[in-house]
Amino acid sequence: MDREELTAQETALYDRQIRVWGVDAQKRLSKASILVSGLNGTSIEFCKNIVLAGVGDLTVMDDRLVTEDTLQANFLIPRDSDAYGGRSLSEVCCESLRDFNPMVRVSAEKGDLSQSEMEFFDKFDAIVVSCCSLNAKVAINEKCRKRAKRIAFYAIECRDACGEIFVDLQNYTYAQKRSDGTVERHLSYPSLEEAISTPWRNLPRKMSKLYFALRVIERFELSEGRTPGKLSSSDFPSILKLRKELCDAQSLNESHVPEKLFERILHAGSKLHPPICAILGGILGQEVIKAISGKGDPLKNFFYFDTADGKGVIEDIS
Amino acid sequence: MDSDSKAEAIKRAKVLMVGAGGIGCELLKTLVLSGFQEVHIIDMDTIEVSNLNRQFLFRQSHVGQSKAKVARDAVLKFVPQIKITPYHANVKDPDFNVEFFKQFNVVLNGLDNLDARRHVNRLCLAAEVPLVESGTTGFLGQVTVHIKGRTECYECQPKPTPKTYPVCTITSTPSKFIHCVVWAKDLLFAKLFGDKNQENDLFVPSNNASDSVKPTDNIIERGSDEDPEQYSRKIYDYVFGYNIQAALANEETWKNRSQPKPTFLRDVLPEKDILHNGILESNCLIDDLSLSAMPFLGLSNPQEVWNLAENSRVFLKALQLFLEKREKDIGNLTFDKDDQLAVEFVTAAANIRASSFGIPLHSLFDAKGIAGNIVHAVATTNAIIAGLIVIEAIKVLQADFQNCRMTYCLEHPSRKMLLMPVEPYEANKSCYVCSETPLLLVVNTRTSTLRDVVEKIIKNKLGMNLPMVMQGTTLIYEVGDDLEEDDVANYALNLDKILADLPAPVTSGTILTVEDFRQELKCHLNIKHRDDFDEEKEPDGMVLLGWTDGAISNGQSTSTDHQVAVGSTESEGIKVATEVSGMKRELNNSKTPQDVEDDNDEDDDLVLLDNHSETNKKQRLH
Repeated sequence: MDREELTAQETALYDRQIRVWGVDAQKRLSKASILVSGLNGTSIEFCKNIVLAGVGDLTVMDDRLVTEDTLQANFLIPRDSDAYGGRSLSEVCCESLRDFNPMVRVSAEKGDLSQSEMEFFDKFDAIVVSCCSLNAKVAINEKCRKRAKRIAFYAIECRDACGEIFVDLQNYTYAQKRSDGTVERHLSYPSLEEAISTPWRNLPRKMSKLYFALRVIERFELSEGRTPGKLSSSDFPSILKLRKELCDAQSLNESHVPEKLFERILHAGSKLHPPICAILGGILGQEVIKAISGKGDPLKNFFYFDTADGKGVIEDIS
Repeated sequence: MDSDSKAEAIKRAKVLMVGAGGIGCELLKTLVLSGFQEVHIIDMDTIEVSNLNRQFLFRQSHVGQSKAKVARDAVLKFVPQIKITPYHANVKDPDFNVEFFKQFNVVLNGLDNLDARRHVNRLCLAAEVPLVESGTTGFLGQVTVHIKGRTECYECQPKPTPKTYPVCTITSTPSKFIHCVVWAKDLLFAKLFGDKNQENDLFVPSNNASDSVKPTDNIIERGSDEDPEQYSRKIYDYVFGYNIQAALANEETWKNRSQPKPTFLRDVLPEKDILHNGILESNCLIDDLSLSAMPFLGLSNPQEVWNLAENSRVFLKALQLFLEKREKDIGNLTFDKDDQLAVEFVTAAANIRASSFGIPLHSLFDAKGIAGNIVHAVATTNAIIAGLIVIEAIKVLQADFQNCRMTYCLEHPSRKMLLMPVEPYEANKSCYVCSETPLLLVVNTRTSTLRDVVEKIIKNKLGMNLPMVMQGTTLIYEVGDDLEEDDVANYALNLDKILADLPAPVTSGTILTVEDFRQELKCHLNIKHRDDFDEEKEPDGMVLLGWTDGAISNGQSTSTDHQVAVGSTESEGIKVATEVSGMKRELNNSKTPQDVEDDNDEDDDLVLLDNHSETNKKQRLH
């Protein structure tokens, strides 16, 4: 059923944010359908943000059982093991998320998104993936791009005290408000595969080093069949070896991808830093809201944050 | 950074959070997830529905309860073993003195008003505890770190105090919608429903009052045989019709301005409207704050801009409803943005006035935002800022001061950055708060009273709450609970005295010493006499110089329109002036046009992207 006006309840609840993005944007949000695959500290920050924003519905997918490890950086899971024991992450998180905004339909879906049917994708306006191998990310991104209706795709990754967001809005047109009037803008986003295939030497000198480091790590996890995010310091020599291989293949000086960066990331292992989750989850929240509402300049196409320098940087890799 | 020492520093830390609202909820969550074990929270507010779009620790069922307490309970659900101490109190209370502040390793602010921030800044300086400040508005946000002796304090860069408008602009010559709102709220609403004893400029005749001005106050009094409908029509014609006519009689005012049109009911609503077409009975059980005129008139969309006729009907109906249903409130109401009927009344009144003056009309939604000083807010910005606060707090706890940063969260990227870190600045040597430099007060010592100086300068501009004023060794004013009756009487007398007539006369060349014990702040004001002040540019009738103007001696003028931040990358080591996305400070209405008190919003405060035109002179920290 297509409601024309926001209800009195919605107007009261969303008053402060309607003053930011307007009633029309809020209406579009209330009709939107979002999917999040892979629940960890960062993606649940995003889930909280998008539920508070008042989307139509949110579906979460993560069959992993709740364990001590998954409790870290997670404010959706009550620490009472009677409440969470034996249940999947998506089930438990789903319940807590509903509390944040009773007007949003939050549901848990079983299964692995990279194996899902094409038709399943059609339900969604935006898909966010986390805790995911490179192959899975690419496969999901490809499926998003093949559907008739445009599905916005986002990948988010946090390691130690830094993180990356990838955005693919395919062909995106929106009205940009400028001081001298409104201008129609067209953006053309590369797929994930296309983006990361860009030869490294073609990239700008001052590129975020994190981009390269994460590409090395991605490859490593893939080739070694490792669960994403579960590396450790013992992998350091092998990582450096792969770094050399990739840099040689790309004719890029190894110093572009500092050892220290790998040291940090590997040392942290699977440990997440909650402030980073909050920052990345917040930026991602804003991006999805922009894309759904059609208001505001979406970022294109990578975003990096690293506590080491405190900068939140956009890199355009296409 | 050794991760074990980092974990240790976090575990041992005792943190004070001031504010449990938009930033506070996100901050508390991130702090406890990061391993903090002991957090104290101060917040005087209770939960409202409009908070729930971002203050995610709260639920509908919590509306009306203490934010600090509910936040604590919510967080303990996912980290049960942490020690969180909530205080449902005002941070300006005497209990939160220097000794209280000294027990913390770091103080984290998530406040929504300038007044409290300045107060906390002073206590942190006195207690020598590092302060991490922050603020958000919509998509903009910032985090700054203040460490005594190392960086500037929060007040080294003066923050603009709330904007005031000259009285005549409000009473006679409005040119913007906000002037009409201030008139409707602080004059008309206050006159009709507020404290009768309060001074009110509503019917002040314009310069050179003509003889045809009608007598004023008895219009407001309702005759015993006057029914609400009659009364409301009378008021309408008076404030929008006769009063404007009277103002037009003074030709001087309108020489270079377009003339307003008097608005009479007979011209706007020619037929006697049937106003009771709503269901009166069902409204009987509605509580005062939800009582609304709109349903009676078939109006339901707050985003709609009503025309003159609709605004007029709302005006009449709202006024009638106050008289019929809320008679007990009349005489002691102050405007409350959550009072639906008050908002409708003010919107309508402002719009009718705007219409007279050729100013565009606004929707209820917009008028409410202006009248209520509503700050727009979303969850995502608060989450980002909270993350940045915790990062800085951790650096502070490890005494890693070299790496502390001020970070700006931008809506539009600057040099590819959405999050821009900047090195903190050294303390401003002429900051009267952290470096005890005297200020200059230019004032007419033969016409201004001590009260004028205390209210406009000492309380408003200097942010002192309980000031003590001395001239040499003579105490001319102080406030406190333990004063002798004689002294209190004496000080009251002094307040109304002209400066030059005080027991210890204040004239050009005098130095006043002003202190606030609670804030442990002492300041010297060098007095300089001047006869005249520009009513438009210097509405206070006096000017405070020194730190606000970046030292008059070197002739620098600081522009408050253009906000610039300086960013530098460590590797480059050069200062690059970057234009940070400018933002207009939300218009803050004063309680009365002359009063410059800050209104407390329940929301997170504005981003004050400080003017850094002086930065070339400032030393960066290395």
